[in-house]
Amino acid sequence: MTFAGWLQIAVFCLVVLAITRPLGVYLWRVFESKSRPLARVFGPIERLLFRLSGIDSKREQSWIQYAAALLAFSAMSLVITYAILRLQRFLPFNPQKLGGVKPALAFNTAASFTTNTDWQAYAGESTMSYFSQMVALAWQNFASAAVGIGVALAVARGLTRKRAGTSTVGNFWVDLVRAIVYVLLPLSVVIALALISQGAIQTLSPYRHLTTLEGGKQLLALGPVASQEAIKMLGTNGGGFFNANSAHPFENPTPLTNFLELVLIFAIPAALTYTYGRMARDQKQGWALFGAMMFLFLVGVTCCYAAEAGHGLGNLEGKETRFGVAASTLFATVTTDASCGAVNAMHDSFTALGGLVPLVNIQLGEVIFGGVGAGLYGILVMVLLTVFIAGLMVGRTPEYLGKKIEPREMKLAMTYVVIFPLFVLGFSALAAARPAALSSLANAGPHGLSELLYAYSSGAGNNGSAFAGLNADTPFWNITLAIVMLAGRFLMILPVLGIAGAMAGKKTAPPGPGTFPTNGVLFAALLVGVVMIVGALTFFPALSLGPILEHLAGRAGRVY
Amino acid sequence: MALLVALRVSLVTLVLTGLAYPLAVTGLGQLLFPARASGSLASDLQGRIVGSERIGQAFTRPYYFHPRPSAAGDQGWDAAASGGSNLGPTSEKLRERIAAARARLELENPDAPRPVPEELLTTSASGLDPDISPQAARWQVARVAKARGVSAARVRQIVDSLVEDRDLGFLGEPRVDVLMLNLAMDRDLGRELGQAGE
Repeated sequence: MTFAGWLQIAVFCLVVLAITRPLGVYLWRVFESKSRPLARVFGPIERLLFRLSGIDSKREQSWIQYAAALLAFSAMSLVITYAILRLQRFLPFNPQKLGGVKPALAFNTAASFTTNTDWQAYAGESTMSYFSQMVALAWQNFASAAVGIGVALAVARGLTRKRAGTSTVGNFWVDLVRAIVYVLLPLSVVIALALISQGAIQTLSPYRHLTTLEGGKQLLALGPVASQEAIKMLGTNGGGFFNANSAHPFENPTPLTNFLELVLIFAIPAALTYTYGRMARDQKQGWALFGAMMFLFLVGVTCCYAAEAGHGLGNLEGKETRFGVAASTLFATVTTDASCGAVNAMHDSFTALGGLVPLVNIQLGEVIFGGVGAGLYGILVMVLLTVFIAGLMVGRTPEYLGKKIEPREMKLAMTYVVIFPLFVLGFSALAAARPAALSSLANAGPHGLSELLYAYSSGAGNNGSAFAGLNADTPFWNITLAIVMLAGRFLMILPVLGIAGAMAGKKTAPPGPGTFPTNGVLFAALLVGVVMIVGALTFFPALSLGPILEHLAGRAGRVY
Repeated sequence: MALLVALRVSLVTLVLTGLAYPLAVTGLGQLLFPARASGSLASDLQGRIVGSERIGQAFTRPYYFHPRPSAAGDQGWDAAASGGSNLGPTSEKLRERIAAARARLELENPDAPRPVPEELLTTSASGLDPDISPQAARWQVARVAKARGVSAARVRQIVDSLVEDRDLGFLGEPRVDVLMLNLAMDRDLGRELGQAGE
């Protein structure tokens, strides 16, 4: 481990800390304030979109209406994405004359991008036309990120609003349009241009045939990359334009762009904790969440960096020279803490313990900053669980922000908690018992089990990164992973919105002497404990047969 | 009702973020940074485009510096099939591949110190890594100098002049772009000289 490496990690934390408040305030003004920022510029666009779509921006929705709108939009965008991929050979911007995407792969990809997972069972440069990349995939990067922000806002409103009797949680369409117009789109334009200035490409020209300096042939894949890269990081989507994702020099040309991409992954998830504090009228509520997340992040990055660094330059298989071990392990930790899933190094080639860190990060439920919106609503479910456990310990009815937490909310929270391991472990067991599934593994021995466990964890956690040796473009993997991704998104969003609706209309009582404060260090520590226990206990048996066994076998000199 | 709004919102946002946005960025990018937006193409002395500064390519001749091994495509360095080996730490295949690369590099570089830099034995994540570390470049100096019939000090000087430090002094790792280094070798030491050593 080097001083420069640690400095990179330290500066990264400081930059994330520094942008949390200003961006958090901006988000609050966009979604919760009476007057929105930069209304002169964005107001007309917003109103045009409302008019063209037939949206009444004044109308509030109950949680059921909110959920219905969300499901309708997601279903529609899934169908449109599927259709574009299937019909790509009839569509424009296809200079390589790529054929239509096969049905199972198109279904997997449509599910993947609709759920903000961006799992990729294809190699972008040999499968997707420029049209598919821009119109189907980049569009979904915006849309699915905006959906996540909407759910987080809905549950935050449910918890923080003090309007006993009215149980509305906002308007899905309004949240969706505002997230795109005020936040995602303008930031993406600036970021994309910054990336191009450093050497990321943005062109509609066909791939270029070259004769190399030694006289060999090289076909240089090109494309509108930077525009996709910007929203891929900002929206914690993670689907690479190219197969090598953010390791590809045209997506992530320098250590500086790498740092920018890292900050973008955490930017909105971190800022939303501040937005949440503002909504709760108690900034410390937000900082307690931020603190718990930052602590878990630091544990992860320290373990991963230590495992990969070794001696000399460290484990360099599957890592780029310009990034080295520090920037690669930082990226691996950040991308799996947040449910981004972009990679700048191949996690499959990490050491056993180095690869364990991204896997555990995902299995903790994507709540360490998490996906845009998804991280906040995930950690809020964990907060309810923590308050409930604390309430049991002192023998009081649990309450949060002055609202009582009752059996209905706890049942919904537990449903949320159970769905994730149910799908991950259930499908992993199924795959482990099927020869057709196992033939896709690239590595033998315990590492093979890690590959398939990682795939379903990544799918259900809507992360999208992979132990990428797995050949996932088979009917079995395409279909089972699509199911897992859809379940990990929508079966988990529904209970969250249910909680939002149930909490929204409750009476607020002022805190009494027996109220357990949820805005301090003690609560943050308890929250960390609950996240670790829920995640670790659930997955420890499976992990012991995968990365942990591989670590021990490797030390004993075994190869497979 | 919700489905109708969903369809309308989908189409409106699709046009805005899926067409207007990338096309506008393409226009702006090509206007402001035309060379970079088009792939940072690099030319040789005759002005012939020989690759991209950002994208690694194969080098096997002794008078050129060699990049890391590549797992992109079946033959390596396929710039339309990026990717890593994805072999794990206990993979027998990976151990065998590294041992074979070490033996080959030791044979090609009889005058270089031992051990062979780890980096020249491992494949990158993209398979298109344009860089090697300064150590891995200096390790090859003896071979390149001999093949070109010039002093090692002269070659080393060119290598040192092309070392890029960490960005802002602390981001990433120091590195040398292999294609740019080899173009500089041809420019400063003459292409003919190199080819004479073949």
